[in-house]
Amino acid sequence: MTVQPPSAAPDDAPAEVVAVTGPTSMFDRRVRSGRRLKAEHIRDYGIVVFFAAIFIYFSFASPVFLTSGNLLNIVYLNATIAIPAFAVTLTIIAGNFSLSLGAIFTLAEVLGAWAAVQWGVWWFFPVSIFSGAVMGFVDGLIVTKLRVNAFLATLATGLAYTGLALAASGGFNIIPTKGANIFTFIGQHSVSGIQYPDFIVLFVAIVLQLVLAYTVFGRHLYGVGGNRDAARLSGLKVDRIVILTFIIAGAACGIAGMIDASTTSQGSATNVLGTNLALLAIAGVALGGTSIFGGIGSVWRTVVGVFMLGMITNGFDLLGVAEYWQDVVRGALIVGAVAVGSMIERR
Amino acid sequence: MSASEVATIRLVSIGKRYAGTSALDDVSLEIKAGCVHALVGANGAGKSTLGKVIGGVVRPDDGEMYVDGRPVKYTTPRDARDDGIATIAQELALAPAMSVLENVFLGIEPRRAGFVAKREMRKQYAELISRSGFDLDRDATVGSLRTADQQKVEILRAVNSDARIIIMDEPTSSLTSVETAALHKMTRALRDQGKTIVYVSHFLDEVLDLCDTVTVMRNGHHVRTALADEETETTLVAGMFGSAVEAEQFEKPPPSTAAPMLEVEGLRRGDVLHDISLTVREGEIVGLAGLVGSGRTELARAIAGADPIDAGTIRIGGQQRRIRNPADAIRAGIAFLTEERKHDGLFMDLSLAANTTMADVPAVSARGILRLGAERSRSRRLLDSVNVDPPIPGMRASSLSGGNQQKVLFARWLFGHPKVLILDEPTRGVDVGARAAIHRLISDLAKDGAAVLMISSEIEEVLGLAHRVLVMRRGAITREFPADPPLSEVMEAVFGLAGGQA
Repeated sequence: MTVQPPSAAPDDAPAEVVAVTGPTSMFDRRVRSGRRLKAEHIRDYGIVVFFAAIFIYFSFASPVFLTSGNLLNIVYLNATIAIPAFAVTLTIIAGNFSLSLGAIFTLAEVLGAWAAVQWGVWWFFPVSIFSGAVMGFVDGLIVTKLRVNAFLATLATGLAYTGLALAASGGFNIIPTKGANIFTFIGQHSVSGIQYPDFIVLFVAIVLQLVLAYTVFGRHLYGVGGNRDAARLSGLKVDRIVILTFIIAGAACGIAGMIDASTTSQGSATNVLGTNLALLAIAGVALGGTSIFGGIGSVWRTVVGVFMLGMITNGFDLLGVAEYWQDVVRGALIVGAVAVGSMIERR
Repeated sequence: MSASEVATIRLVSIGKRYAGTSALDDVSLEIKAGCVHALVGANGAGKSTLGKVIGGVVRPDDGEMYVDGRPVKYTTPRDARDDGIATIAQELALAPAMSVLENVFLGIEPRRAGFVAKREMRKQYAELISRSGFDLDRDATVGSLRTADQQKVEILRAVNSDARIIIMDEPTSSLTSVETAALHKMTRALRDQGKTIVYVSHFLDEVLDLCDTVTVMRNGHHVRTALADEETETTLVAGMFGSAVEAEQFEKPPPSTAAPMLEVEGLRRGDVLHDISLTVREGEIVGLAGLVGSGRTELARAIAGADPIDAGTIRIGGQQRRIRNPADAIRAGIAFLTEERKHDGLFMDLSLAANTTMADVPAVSARGILRLGAERSRSRRLLDSVNVDPPIPGMRASSLSGGNQQKVLFARWLFGHPKVLILDEPTRGVDVGARAAIHRLISDLAKDGAAVLMISSEIEEVLGLAHRVLVMRRGAITREFPADPPLSEVMEAVFGLAGGQA
């Protein structure tokens, strides 16, 4: 088979709006064709209905919940979880896993702040994002070329990155004073009431969803995650594709680290979020309905999953529910969603 | 002949169906105590399934089984083992991280005061080894052993257990001739101790040499059971394929005199492929016949870049190509339909459209962006052309039947207009209608100029479609036949009888 030039084929029908892309596309033909509701649809779209139900409940239960200020605040507060979660969705769809997200986030934040102090404030942005990408690249290399299980590989690199972050910062918070207004610009400013991180969340979500659903790379991700052997026999460069997903996840953690540093005006190696980020992000991915075994999922699902968790925190805070009960509810929710999914799968 | 007159195993009207096709149909059989009883038949005749029924690995749908006159219903191999029936399976069931010694004694370790008596165990092992004639390091980790050696561990384990009945399913398929001889010696010794051995094999010479009685199976039916002394290889082959076997004839394109499209020279890979050379012309269908384990699939995988090769050259259309991975092969114009469509063929959770275009997604995209409309219309046309039912690009592959799934795989490879098609068991697990459609498809592809190399366990299928037939045996091509050779001669070559050179 030869790779044909991407010229328009004569048979080319005008691009239809209906997109049958991944198996779980929102526009899946079977759903559109209006056949009766199947168990499959509950698994595929049940989470959206559930999200709406909780949303409506909070809207009635709390007078503050359904205000644009509050909803934007939910996005703002969850930006540093959401962005890595969106990106790691790609890694997971390709059949891998990452536990080093929080460590990459922390080290990228420290390196970014360090560069801002040492080399000038403008270095802050490229250094935090680029260093995140490099750490993702290292993870990807270990997983593909050294054939270390992704779970263990990223557990190990996560330890190492966290150690490096402490070493690089010497245990102190790095606070850039020169150009502090630029350093804190992204995290502490807004335009017409919308914080900049909200825009970044939206941007990253849209870009990654489009990549997944409408690019050759995205299609290859589903192939690699769905059946690695078949993907290889179909001529896909499996290792390269997997490494790319780790780089994207790393860069996203770099962006999240950058936002966090900018918000707190400093680079800190001891940020609590760093220790929890990987698990929170993966909880959001799984809650949304992306299979942690790969091959099935979408970024929009992670959007639903992450913000469902964020919304519950916010709503319960507004209703005065204690934090520990919130954790119990969140835990139950994740188990419930995943159990329903696998129960339907088994039938 | 030490067979007594007591039936230790009696099967009555055993039936087993898989997805509508019957693997065993009304099989009644007696196996006498203290003899070596062979089950022979072509691939898919049901001999392995029958062995598995006796060993409790497969639960029959109908019929009864009696052991020593007592009705039994095994639901797991464990039940059978508790009844004194051990199975040496083709698929090995060992603990890979443990040593040979530990595996052989797993569950039956000699004990002293609750602890494993290591010294005693080693002593027993040494006796076992000297008796078996196998050369195996007792401290080696089983996972690090070659398949043949793992097979030996399985055999030792079964022998070492106090099983009265041992089922051996193709025990020699990965053994050398010296090891085979050793196994046979041990098998006879076990029989002389009064044990019963059920020996499933397609090596007819071995069967006649070793066994006391032979049961011939064909298409899930019990053809006959006779004393081995009364059979010859020729009578067995006739029984396995029926006396009036006629090769189903497919419409064939005229034999090609065109230029060679695929030329393979001196291909070697470890001890599975020995110096393979072959040529397939443009528009020609070459059938590759051979037993499972003869190296057929390994040859296909080597040409398709799926497995690395040690030596050899591959030319496509006269041009030498370096093929180090499947991507190289695809670029060279080779399409490879795998034997195991679920394992390494289809993307079950993806749409049919994605399945048909996966090997060349850039062909339905522009600058890395998918053109979904184009993909859908092209996929739809491909699915139509191979008669997938229903031809809905948005459907999930997992929701199709086996035959339709196979057609989807064809569609994927037609998408790239390959010059060389390598088909490994293209009609396995496919119903009759779909089979005919796939045969027509293969024939049409050759007419359009593709060079086709087709592997099939069903020799009738190979004979019906191919312009030439190559026979593989133990990793080498041993015979070549022109179009429409007599079935019996091909069978003899496949089984390595007098006519063949193996």
